[in-house]
Amino acid sequence: MERSLLRYIWSHTRRQQLWILLVVAASMVPFFLAFDLPKQIINGPIQGNGFEALDERQPFFRIIYDLPVIGRGEFFKGIDLDRQQTLMALSTVFLLLVLINGLFKFYINIYKGRLGERMLRRIRFELVDRVLRFPPKHFKRLKSAEIASIVKDEVEPLGGFTGDAFVLPALLGGQALTTLCFIIVQNVWLGMITACIVGIQLSIIPRMRRRVLELGRLRQLTAREFSGRVSEIVDGIGAVHSNDTSNLERADIAWRLGRIFSIRYDLYQWKFLVKFVNNLFAQVTPFIFYAFGGYFVLIGKLDLGQLVAVIAAYKDLPSPLKDLIDWDQARQDVQIKYGTVCDQFSVEPLIAQSVHALAGGPASRLESSIIISNLTLVDDSGAKLLDEVSTEIKPGETIALVGAAGSGAEAFAEALARLIWPEFGSISIGGQDLLDMPESITGRRIAYASGEPFLLHGSLMDNLLYGLKNAPRPDAAADDEQLIETERYAIEARLAGNVDFLPHRNWIDYQAAGADGPDDLLHKALPTLEDLQISNDIFGLGLRSTIDTKEQATIGARIVELRGSLRKRLVETQLDDMLIPLDFDRYNIQASVGENLLFGTRSQGTSSDLDVITHPSFEQVLHSTGLDRSLYDMGFEIAETTVELFRDVAPQHSFFRRLTFMAAEEIPLYQARLSRCRGLRFERISPDDRASIIALSLAYIEPIHRFGILTEPLMDQLVATRKLFHTDIPDDIAKLIDRHDPERVTASATLLDNVLFGRIASQVADADAHIQAIVKELFRAAGLYENVLSIGLQFDVGAGGKRLSLAQRQKLNLARALMKRSDFTIFNRPLSALDQRVDEEITRGIVQRRNDAEQASTILWVLSDPRVAQIFDRVLFFRRGSLIGNGSYFELAQSNAAFRDFLELPSDRP
Amino acid sequence: MLSDEVQTLREIPIFSSVEPAKLKLLAFACDRMIYRKGQDLFHQGDQGDAAFVLLSGTADVIVSSASGDMTVAEVGRNAVVGEMSALCNIPRTATVRATSKLEALRISNDHFLALTGEFPTVASEIMRTLVTRLSKTTVELVNARQPPTPD
Repeated sequence: MERSLLRYIWSHTRRQQLWILLVVAASMVPFFLAFDLPKQIINGPIQGNGFEALDERQPFFRIIYDLPVIGRGEFFKGIDLDRQQTLMALSTVFLLLVLINGLFKFYINIYKGRLGERMLRRIRFELVDRVLRFPPKHFKRLKSAEIASIVKDEVEPLGGFTGDAFVLPALLGGQALTTLCFIIVQNVWLGMITACIVGIQLSIIPRMRRRVLELGRLRQLTAREFSGRVSEIVDGIGAVHSNDTSNLERADIAWRLGRIFSIRYDLYQWKFLVKFVNNLFAQVTPFIFYAFGGYFVLIGKLDLGQLVAVIAAYKDLPSPLKDLIDWDQARQDVQIKYGTVCDQFSVEPLIAQSVHALAGGPASRLESSIIISNLTLVDDSGAKLLDEVSTEIKPGETIALVGAAGSGAEAFAEALARLIWPEFGSISIGGQDLLDMPESITGRRIAYASGEPFLLHGSLMDNLLYGLKNAPRPDAAADDEQLIETERYAIEARLAGNVDFLPHRNWIDYQAAGADGPDDLLHKALPTLEDLQISNDIFGLGLRSTIDTKEQATIGARIVELRGSLRKRLVETQLDDMLIPLDFDRYNIQASVGENLLFGTRSQGTSSDLDVITHPSFEQVLHSTGLDRSLYDMGFEIAETTVELFRDVAPQHSFFRRLTFMAAEEIPLYQARLSRCRGLRFERISPDDRASIIALSLAYIEPIHRFGILTEPLMDQLVATRKLFHTDIPDDIAKLIDRHDPERVTASATLLDNVLFGRIASQVADADAHIQAIVKELFRAAGLYENVLSIGLQFDVGAGGKRLSLAQRQKLNLARALMKRSDFTIFNRPLSALDQRVDEEITRGIVQRRNDAEQASTILWVLSDPRVAQIFDRVLFFRRGSLIGNGSYFELAQSNAAFRDFLELPSDRP
Repeated sequence: MLSDEVQTLREIPIFSSVEPAKLKLLAFACDRMIYRKGQDLFHQGDQGDAAFVLLSGTADVIVSSASGDMTVAEVGRNAVVGEMSALCNIPRTATVRATSKLEALRISNDHFLALTGEFPTVASEIMRTLVTRLSKTTVELVNARQPPTPD
């Protein structure tokens, strides 16, 4: 990176800087004209100079120049105006000049602002571009928050400075120099003295400010580290709590803040000291003028008029001088900031630009072997991860990389994926070094997945297709307006040195996934998703989303039909005890009392059952059936039992997770409420207490809570009240509830709930899984399976994919790698979070599908379970960084003692 | 119902020392599950997330190895299964399959651990069961290692 900021700015904005300089110079003309004009107005028409006679006229706007060769020439005779007309004319010119000055200022400010913003955009882009090109090793030392804060905050002042980088010193320097010259012309000695003092000022003040700047740099560094620490705390909050180190963190933060404070305080002291000294210098000069200039006048060596002129001229000197010094400070300040940014981002060796070049067309296949010769890898500390390994990987092979953790197998896989760069030795394909190959080939023809998946914030689909988005595809359907808009964006982007292609164009390379377009993409991806056993999860996500029946009309139209077939299937297979259907005439034991009472789901936006229950007209219904009393009695019993059970349990105890109807901190509240209400007649109890106690009974589900308090008569009473309520339902309540209707889709319920139209029996083991399997079958039979999957694929995975489990993330990561149908596929313990059994099943499935495929990819798989190596053509066995076994599984199991040891095969067989 | 479950839990040696109020709390925190005949409570090799107390019915404990599946024990009412994985995060060492309709209380890992922490007697009782099982296993191992008697 260019280390001098001024040179960096000049090299990128030379033409604009010159232009703005020119414009500023041009703006000086009306500026000074406007200075002179008031004098003319007052002297001329107002005071009457030149208008001594009553009807005297003066030419207005006469242009006369004395030119060297031609002599005096009159270019324009002017218009003769009388006194009043002249006043009006001059005033109008004044107004015009004010307007012109304003417009100049407006133009210059906007231009400078745009210049600065473009510069900022350029620097930020360049920084992120460099991050993308850092060597992989470098990232072990980086804190993401620090890098983010550099790119976001620390370069910000650089943009503001850009506009003034050259214009301001030129302008102010010119002003100061003019004044100084004027003083020298008036009196050489006074001029020399002034020049001396200005010289001292210009040399001392920046020197003193160097300390200020040094402190500023320190402040920047400490602030950056501080933000790094804060983000570290946020990321590692689990470790902080589990190790009881929150106070260590507090101490660390306090110490850092203390350091920042003392730096900032020091900074203030210096800043104001510099200010003091600067002011002193500025005031010493007039002192010299008065004292010595006055003395010279008294002894007659200096003309009084000259002294007055010098003093008057000096008045104009300090302010540009001060601004100049301020500019210099700003320059040094941003230079230092820029310098520290440069330090952070000057990393060698960067990945060459050509490696990242955008390549639109399909990448050519890698059909030659990978030759690995004397490959040695070291970690950050210099310890060897892999020691002089040489081998060849032929296209079409399946290779298992086997070894204990840290044996070198993982490092070997990472090196093939270019995540570690070789210390010695090389990896080459077809005679070309792997590191020199453009990513447009390696990134598309080599797939890699490890056990540490990286997911973006976006939908499952976005993540699945991430590996197919290598270059923007030509957009077929773009209207003129869009094209103009795109072109405008591209021009501006190029001016700031950014890339000009848009991220929201179509980037997906459908051909790479073997699909013709968006429509059959899912169909093509489905076998992979099935192999990875993630299609079930995605299907589940689809089932648990609420659907828009207008958008998903195909599904919406058939939900009622699916309800019927589900019920039929359950009855046929005698599994109907797993699902209790919703029936208007019967109590559903698996649903809560509240759900049973309302017989509907709350439409979106309403808060709780209690809101409905406490509605006056509903209270009326409850009262008329006497149910309010029954519910109160029931709630009272629940409260008593719960308080008795949980009275002595610490609020953090895991048992509280079970307590769905009461929070830990509510226990004492209910205890007080119980003692308040105990023995009171129902009518005497305050509405507040009554509502809170009834709320408990509404959440009660007998098979889960098992207090044994839900009696047959109470259930009948609940159903009767439900009927009464629904026959005469007031409009405002009807809006709050979506009533369960066997013939209609409930918009506010999930797809699954809509199909089930009932509640799953929680106590029947694996009922969830069973029913989901049946639902899946039904959707398949109805030809809607892929529709539900595509709904599930719209699920937002959250930041870093945190809304998915690690196992799901790993599967998705693996699916993403398989999507692009690469020539070499490298897997590095990709499913470490899964049960061994499932891991093995998936591994076998993927290898099997690969064996059946037409264009078989080469697979290198770092296995968690070495026994699975049997299904691979070849095994590379690593131990302590060395390749100590190379051959088929059975060869190694026969002849390689270390491999036998590792597999825990008995050492000798009779 | 909770009160029945508490009664059952009291009959089980490892819980016998726990006061009834605590047992009721434990029962409340557990899931009561019903299994069909032939259904697995858990599967060998999976990560364990809970222990089970059998309330009614019977089950087989099956270990699968290279030489095939082998039923190593049959368990019935009041038996506790799956507590090894619940205690120390190891994969299930066996499969437990219901041989009749079966009802069980499912005690999740953290509840189980919390209980052993709170009641040392529970811990020592569990130790006793485990040691008994281990000594039995050791005897069986020794028997298995002995060279086959020549015909």
